[in-house]
Amino acid sequence: MNELVFFINNVVVAGSVTGSIYAIGAVGVTLIFSIMRFAHFAHADMMTFGALMVLVLTTAFPEVGGAVGLPTAVVMLPLAMALTALLAVGIDKGFYKPLRAHGVKPIVMVIGSLGVALILQGLIRLFAGTRAQSLYIAERKEIFRLELPFESVTRPIIVTEPQVILFILTLAAVIGLHLFLNRTRTGKAMRAMSDNPDLARASGINTSRIVTITWIIAGGLAAVAGTLLSLDVAFKPDLSFFLLLPIFAAAIVGGVGHPYGAIAGGFVVGFAETLAVFNWAVLLRPLQQHFPDWLELPRNLAFVGTEYKIVVPFFILVAILVWRPTGIFKGKVI
Amino acid sequence: MNKPATAEQPSRFPLRELSLCLALAAAILAVYAIMGGAYSTRMLVEAACYAILALGLTIQWGYAGQFNAGVMGFVALGGVCAMTFSVPVNEAFWASELPFELGRVLLYALAAIVLVWGATRLDRLGVPKTLRTLIAVVLALLLYLVVISLLRGVTDEIESRVGFIGGLGLPTGVGWVVGGALAGGVGYFIGHICLGLRSDYLAIATLGIAEIIKAFLKNSDWLTRGTATVSPLPWPTPGPGELGFVMARSIYLVVTALIIAVIFFLLHRAYNAAWGRTIRAIRDNEISSAAMGKDVNRRRLQIFVLGCILMGIGGAALTSFNSIFDPQGYLPLNHTFLVLVMVILGGPGNNLGTIIGAVLVYLIWIMSEPLALYLMQLASSLGEGLGWVDPADMQSRALQARVLVIGLLITLVLRFAPKGLLPEKVKHHG
Repeated sequence: MNELVFFINNVVVAGSVTGSIYAIGAVGVTLIFSIMRFAHFAHADMMTFGALMVLVLTTAFPEVGGAVGLPTAVVMLPLAMALTALLAVGIDKGFYKPLRAHGVKPIVMVIGSLGVALILQGLIRLFAGTRAQSLYIAERKEIFRLELPFESVTRPIIVTEPQVILFILTLAAVIGLHLFLNRTRTGKAMRAMSDNPDLARASGINTSRIVTITWIIAGGLAAVAGTLLSLDVAFKPDLSFFLLLPIFAAAIVGGVGHPYGAIAGGFVVGFAETLAVFNWAVLLRPLQQHFPDWLELPRNLAFVGTEYKIVVPFFILVAILVWRPTGIFKGKVI
Repeated sequence: MNKPATAEQPSRFPLRELSLCLALAAAILAVYAIMGGAYSTRMLVEAACYAILALGLTIQWGYAGQFNAGVMGFVALGGVCAMTFSVPVNEAFWASELPFELGRVLLYALAAIVLVWGATRLDRLGVPKTLRTLIAVVLALLLYLVVISLLRGVTDEIESRVGFIGGLGLPTGVGWVVGGALAGGVGYFIGHICLGLRSDYLAIATLGIAEIIKAFLKNSDWLTRGTATVSPLPWPTPGPGELGFVMARSIYLVVTALIIAVIFFLLHRAYNAAWGRTIRAIRDNEISSAAMGKDVNRRRLQIFVLGCILMGIGGAALTSFNSIFDPQGYLPLNHTFLVLVMVILGGPGNNLGTIIGAVLVYLIWIMSEPLALYLMQLASSLGEGLGWVDPADMQSRALQARVLVIGLLITLVLRFAPKGLLPEKVKHHG
């Protein structure tokens, strides 16, 4: 049964971790898509910026976390969220608003956001270098080993402290977003604007305020996603385009402009990635004795090697665009 | 004031074009004077290759409003074809039984594709559609696993015994043509999926395919030697060993300039022909051109594939000239965003503007590298006086300044000069 534990560690836990990160990123992308009607290519770099802010704050005050009983990086997260939200609003005022005022086509906005992505990338790597850095500076990563009460299982299920924090934060973000969109006036105005911007403006909704609020939420969520990713592994400044593809795939799978769809899409893409790189030979080997003699299991039975991980979100993207371009939840904007 | 509407515009003296060309010529001469003939000719050849790439992008973005964010992928495809066709034959590989093994696996792959295709047609035999889909998907997964494990076996064998499969030893020009064709084929695949949908999806998909092509070339050691790189690649013209650097590079420059001239002439004709007018009509108002009975998606696919073919040829010419095939040398910044800046700065939809933009931007780009390093050194020597220790990865950080500059250029041009230096001339009849 150790093989099953291996499966849980490598697919169930790892898949939910990547899934949550993609989900939080995709929610931001899909909100921007539904309010401003363009694919925001600078989102991955906004995530990196959020993580960098956490890194800077953690380096400045490494002892804060010990006083509260949490990793310092998590304590610094709200501040980093605020800073990233500020950056997002600033970018909108400086770069996107003039373009919008000219009434350009959405695709020009996309190119503009690519320019912004490059600016952010350049700035981040100019100041932070290109090396990977751990967010745990003064502390140690806590690792929980869950022993299973079965005779045949000798290996434990392994969950690390950042992963537990990640699950809690994802849940909090999803519930918070749900309450915001369904219960508050602003959230309802936001949904109205995503349905029909002209009608929303005619019925007295301040659309430029909604745009600002969208950027605040998207920036805050980007900081959360970037920090969680960096907590789980390490802060890497050069992920940009490798993160962008899964996040867009998640947003499109869930149906563009559909926050709950984006969350589902994030988990679909995350699990698809881990399932595709998982070596299935491990699970099949105990059954080897029941196979006929001519069927010999190869050593490596993964669908794609880890170096081709990026193929998976692309394949999902192509499949969804071919069969159901509106996404599984019927996005509003196609 | 009821003058008859004429197609002829009052011919304007092309002051803007002329002054830009003169300024560019002066800048090139200045580079020749400062950096010497060999260096400057190399720069001009590379700029010419980039001009081919930029022409490919200008017909996609300028003529048809399609944004291709994965120029790098098509460049790399052209490059790998140029490499595979021109590099000498690897005798050790062809003497062994490995070619047969590889061929057998490829045949299996073909058979698997036919089987899966057959499974998708099962509903014609009366199988329910859901069951057919299930059978097709399960069969595809199983056969894929079988083929991929066989392929892994053969490629591992190739890598450990003969290094890589080597080239075909054919003339370089063959590789360029096949590179263009291959890039066009991949472009057809992407365009076929995305062009009927929102324009953003094309950008996302091309960005993805570019990274996938690069990952494939980087990790397929049996095909490309991966990070070990392949060099030297033969030139289609006499190499520098026979004629010296300046002369050999000048002949190469003539070849690329000829390619540009042919492309320029054909594009100019096409732009003013019925085909070009249809393309621009679709770009400016899709609904009305569809209402006029134009096949919008077909025309879009044509122009996208055409652009990708040009990028493949340009990439092949660039890789051959560099004389080294290094999959890690294909960077989004150098091969996608630089080309984008060339197009939007030069004037999307204006071929002359695009070529001028390409040469101008490449000149600035090449000159900025020593400048960035010099500025960083200046900063760190200033910092030493203040007790600031510069980080160890200074060199790699200095290069990041160029990312910043390219990003700033894109956003600033979009905001303040959305039509570029030489705007597309739109004729108004009547």
